[in-house]
Amino acid sequence: MQDLLASYLPIVIFLAIAVALGLVLLLSAIVIAVRNPDPEKVSAYECGFNAFDDARMKFDVRFYLVSILFIIFDLEIAFLFPWAVAFGDMSMTAFWSMMVFLAVLTVGFAYEWKKGALEWE
Amino acid sequence: MIGADLTTALPEIVLALFAMAMLMVGVYGGKDKLAEPILYATSALMVMLALYAGAQSLDAETAFNGTYLKDGFAQFAKMLILVSAAVVLVMGKSVMAETGLLKFEYPILIALSVVGMMLMVSAGDLIVLYMGLELQSLALYVVATMNRDSTRSTEAGLKYFILGALASGLLLYGASLTYGYAGTTVFAGILSTISEDGMSVGLLMGLAFMLAGLAFKVSAVPFHMWTPDVYEGAPTPVTAFFATAPKVAAMALIARLVHDAFGTVPGDWSQIVALLAAASMFVGAIAAIGQRDIKRLMAYSSISHMGFALVGLAAGTAQGVQGMLVYMAIYVTMNIGVFAFILTMRRDGKPVTDIAEMNQLSKSEPLRALALLVLMFSLAGVPPLVGFFGKFYVLWAAVNAGMTWLAIAGVIASVIGAFYYLRIVYYMYFGAESEPLDTVRAPVQGTLLVASAMIMVLGVINLFGIDAMAALAAEALVR
Repeated sequence: MQDLLASYLPIVIFLAIAVALGLVLLLSAIVIAVRNPDPEKVSAYECGFNAFDDARMKFDVRFYLVSILFIIFDLEIAFLFPWAVAFGDMSMTAFWSMMVFLAVLTVGFAYEWKKGALEWE
Repeated sequence: MIGADLTTALPEIVLALFAMAMLMVGVYGGKDKLAEPILYATSALMVMLALYAGAQSLDAETAFNGTYLKDGFAQFAKMLILVSAAVVLVMGKSVMAETGLLKFEYPILIALSVVGMMLMVSAGDLIVLYMGLELQSLALYVVATMNRDSTRSTEAGLKYFILGALASGLLLYGASLTYGYAGTTVFAGILSTISEDGMSVGLLMGLAFMLAGLAFKVSAVPFHMWTPDVYEGAPTPVTAFFATAPKVAAMALIARLVHDAFGTVPGDWSQIVALLAAASMFVGAIAAIGQRDIKRLMAYSSISHMGFALVGLAAGTAQGVQGMLVYMAIYVTMNIGVFAFILTMRRDGKPVTDIAEMNQLSKSEPLRALALLVLMFSLAGVPPLVGFFGKFYVLWAAVNAGMTWLAIAGVIASVIGAFYYLRIVYYMYFGAESEPLDTVRAPVQGTLLVASAMIMVLGVINLFGIDAMAALAAEALVR
């Protein structure tokens, strides 16, 4: 049991560093930074002229579509990474499983491409 | 090894590959012009897979290290899911086409959700369970919003999505607790851990959370809030689909989970299921009384019916599971008939859903009115019709399992529920004089309506052997 827990020490250290660093960066901004707001400073800023409208404007829904399509391929990497790391001692089943997974994703990609989800206009 | 595994899971693989192939054919081929052939092909393939499932031997097989199960229970549930999905697809085609919603993605999404449902009933592992459930739900969220230009439809889809995501979260939390305390995600492993070490509090929490998540999917009270809004907002053919196949799949999944993973401690889950059952029966029966919209009314009706099916499950016996399966088969048949009628409700060419529109229907269209009368009596559970036998099976199982109080609650709820079914009959035969509904030429829907009503009458002879098949299926699950 002791050995088992000890074998996870690296990840504990890594997590401790990640959390500590995150906290330090967040807190330092609160502790060190000089804060002295006035209306001019906190208003929306546009270069060279007075702001036309509020910063809370409507965004084109296509940004959403692009980002959600991005997420899919982002997640694909999350699966490919461990697969690639263990590539050396992998069975044929594991290899072809990933190929099938990529083929399914390609079908989806071909669909969205033809549907015009990747075109802006 | 892997070859045998793939053969065992062949129906799911075939349907998934078919859906992907059709997606490519549809998008690179004729787009929405191909929607109709794709729809019929999907439907035909589903019927073939149902026949394939029926022709398989009843011997239990496992694949992928016990994470995928193939037994009599799964085969029965799959046949029911596939046939009802195929029928509902064909039934809704003309209405989808009329409203301009017959996109080629529609049958493909339905096919994908059916793949998810088939995985759900064959799940032997928490991960497969979740994967099947999500595949089914994600496809259904999209079809609920099929009518993008309607605020109602988008609202329905959004509501369904948000509450469905919440339910998934609850289910996942329960699954992770179960994994943490049992040390495995395979149902058989969880079962043996419980029989060796007993039921720990952690496992109990896991069970309760998973049941809460699954209760969302069968719209059991108190997790039913989404149902009326989604049923009302979604296009009617989609509503017809929601009310049939996914309910069977989710109900079978609950049965699978409680018996395969927690089968040695029936007392622990039986009380939760009994509470869900009693609450659903009463809330479904009472809340439907105030509804004027037939789709909302059918939503509450389905909540109440899910309550009855859960009664069978709460009994925790093979007889109870048999009753639940018989009940679901009858429920699906009745619902297909009623929705076949709702799809043809038109006034001046526009679809209507107010129940007062049915006033004096018996004068203008005696056959449709008679068929609907039979279905309404059957839904209410009036004795000579098949609907009564469904209720009888589950209540009898509850009495035999020593849950007389639940059976009595069921009888009272069904009497309350009879009111709103009979009110529709009253409107059709004795309602105020008014312009009758349009006479619609709808051969598919008309045939299904009459066929469903005929089954409700003729089925009393021997229930078409469904009860014997359900008994075999139940034996495969409850050992």
